[in-house]
Amino acid sequence: MSYALSIGQADQALRALAERYDIYAPKRFPKQGRFSDTDVIRYDKVERASDIVWDVKSDYPAKEVITPIQQAIFYFAEEEYRASRGRQRPILLFARPCDIHAQKIQARIMAGNGGFTDHYYARVRERVKFILMECAGGDDTCFCVSMGTNAVEPADYAAAVRFRPDGLLIKTEDPELEAAFSLGAPSDFAPEFVTENQRTVTLPDLEDKAVRQALKAHPMWRQFDKRCISCGACTVACSTCTCFTTRDLTYGDNPEAGERRRVTASCQIAGFDQMAGQKEFRSAAGDRMRYKVLHKFHDYKARFGEGHMCVGCGRCTHRCPEMISITATVEKMNAAIAEIKAGLAQSEQEVDRHV
Amino acid sequence: MCNPVQPQPCPILSVRQESAHEWTFRVATDARPQHGQFMQLSIPKVGEAPISVSAQGEGWLEFTIRSVGRVTNVIFQKQPGDLLFLRGPYGKGWPVEALRGKHLVVLTGGTGLAPVRSLLNMAAADPGFARSVHLVSGFKNEAGIVFHQELEAWRSSFTTLYALDNDPREGWRTGLVPSFVPEIPFDSFGGDYAVLVVGPPPMMKFTGLALMANGVEAEKVWMSFERKMSCAVGKCGHCRIDEVYVCLDGPVFPYTVARDLVD
Ligand SMILES: Cc1cc2nc3c(=O)[nH]c(=O)nc-3n(C[C@H](O)[C@H](O)[C@H](O)COP(=O)(O)OP(=O)(O)OC[C@H]3O[C@@H](n4cnc5c(N)ncnc54)[C@H](O)[C@@H]3O)c2cc1C
Ligand code: SF4
Ligand code: SF4
Ligand code: FES
Repeated sequence: MSYALSIGQADQALRALAERYDIYAPKRFPKQGRFSDTDVIRYDKVERASDIVWDVKSDYPAKEVITPIQQAIFYFAEEEYRASRGRQRPILLFARPCDIHAQKIQARIMAGNGGFTDHYYARVRERVKFILMECAGGDDTCFCVSMGTNAVEPADYAAAVRFRPDGLLIKTEDPELEAAFSLGAPSDFAPEFVTENQRTVTLPDLEDKAVRQALKAHPMWRQFDKRCISCGACTVACSTCTCFTTRDLTYGDNPEAGERRRVTASCQIAGFDQMAGQKEFRSAAGDRMRYKVLHKFHDYKARFGEGHMCVGCGRCTHRCPEMISITATVEKMNAAIAEIKAGLAQSEQEVDRHV
Repeated sequence: MCNPVQPQPCPILSVRQESAHEWTFRVATDARPQHGQFMQLSIPKVGEAPISVSAQGEGWLEFTIRSVGRVTNVIFQKQPGDLLFLRGPYGKGWPVEALRGKHLVVLTGGTGLAPVRSLLNMAAADPGFARSVHLVSGFKNEAGIVFHQELEAWRSSFTTLYALDNDPREGWRTGLVPSFVPEIPFDSFGGDYAVLVVGPPPMMKFTGLALMANGVEAEKVWMSFERKMSCAVGKCGHCRIDEVYVCLDGPVFPYTVARDLVD
């Protein structure tokens, strides 16, 4: 059913839902932004409809609710690792189509890869119901249409919402949310999806192994050796990046007590592949960029089959202090691939001429 | 709910010094790994490290560990009776069935001998397993030699070639493992052989090239990798190379896969 709610009614609905659910949505944090006097928009618990930032894309992705930047996974007890207790309450998570798609991608790694399901991921994910936030077109970094992540199916969400300055329109799919929103007036609202972005990318054709190997050695990556400062801001902001490091620590006031903690890791930061007593494999920023971009636009898909590891949210471009754009990087890659293919075709011709 | 990263407490049964920097720890556990698999070893408050299983028996496993950092240094302070925390086994080990009945060639560098030790001991105990075993083991120097007793014992069941990188030693050769590849009588194997390579990354790279230069078929070579790991269950991403995860698809890879991986 679809309903139209005023701000006051929406607040009432959220209050009713908060009795059962923890509600998370993008929220504005004033003056915590990248530049002075700018805000940061990231996910947090919300109580009122007016807490929810819907007119601009959040700086940080919805994944932070499901796979937090850091979390305790075990506590040390005498002769025992005791798994931390997870969240007990179900979660309503407001998210745009790109963020919902990103969770399908994270799921293939966290709840599938190698046949292992991560306990800490699964225990949150199984409690999450998405509320689709209709997206009015994103910003000048988005390219979801190119990635095929602009639309989702009703099975992907419990309700879909369109925010307006004076209230919201909502269509419920999950009967459990029906009662809370039915205080609004009936409506014929159905969510719509972005069909065009300001930016587009051509997906690179990396089917051919010889092309792929040549691309890895291509000089295009060297330009990032200096340009990329290896800060990792892009992977923290990425809707799909999953990497983490496991670390033990003790509490300062009691060296006998402590925890094993999972902390977000970035393949863009030096040391990601460092083994004790060995040389780092990717010691230059350009090598790390190559590793990340090929994961997003080839390796993940080669392993899991369905779609690339990028949802075109543009957050990496948006957050990069060095103005490195993922769409521009992919286009550079396309140019390098074209050059490599032309070179391979020419050397094949030469071989033909010599036989 | 089952938690694949839950460590279990396991008492240390014995500790044996192998070399200046390597010790072997025998630990009580019911885990039954395949040859070439690894386990995650934890010390609460310190951390976790992936370590190959270097031998196994009824109710115990052995790990041969080099002290190089936080976790391994603290493991070296442990005594019999102390606890290590284990989870695993993980990964794909040596392709034992593909090796059976073949002429087996094993090339190791340094502590790289640890992940093939249990397989070699099995081949020594069961002469019917392989048609022949050629073992080439190189070590940096005398202080780096591990498994002294086994190296001597294997001389009677295998064709062995032991070498130090630069130093002379009685009954040993001097030189790097790849340089001994031309001495392996591949021509006499009638194509019926399998080659296992394990050691530091440069040793494996150059050994692979030497094997190819000597006409060895790439399909008959396997290599065991070590990469940074922070989960061992395909989640943390540290061990990924291209579309493979060393913790899941390795550590043992066919050379046809290994040679094309770009870190
Ligand atoms: C499949 C496999 C099998 C292996 N088998 C064996 C074996 O049989 N025997 C053996 O001796 N070794 C083996 N290793 C290597 C062994 O796992 C490493 O030597 C071990 O992990 C080192 O751990 P450590 O804690 O002692 O060293 P660390 O001190 O943890 O150093 C390891 C690396 O971790 C990083 N690191 C450490 N602390 C931090 C921090 N606070 N913040 C950020 N980064 C940090 C550093 O980059 C460092 O290079 C194997 C590895 C693999 C992958
Ligand atoms: S790579 Fe960039 S555009 Fe793609 S999902 Fe990650 S943050 Fe979004
Ligand atoms: S691409 Fe930009 S955001 Fe990412 S690590 Fe490099 S400088 Fe930082
Ligand atoms: S060790 Fe974590 S993914 Fe392989």
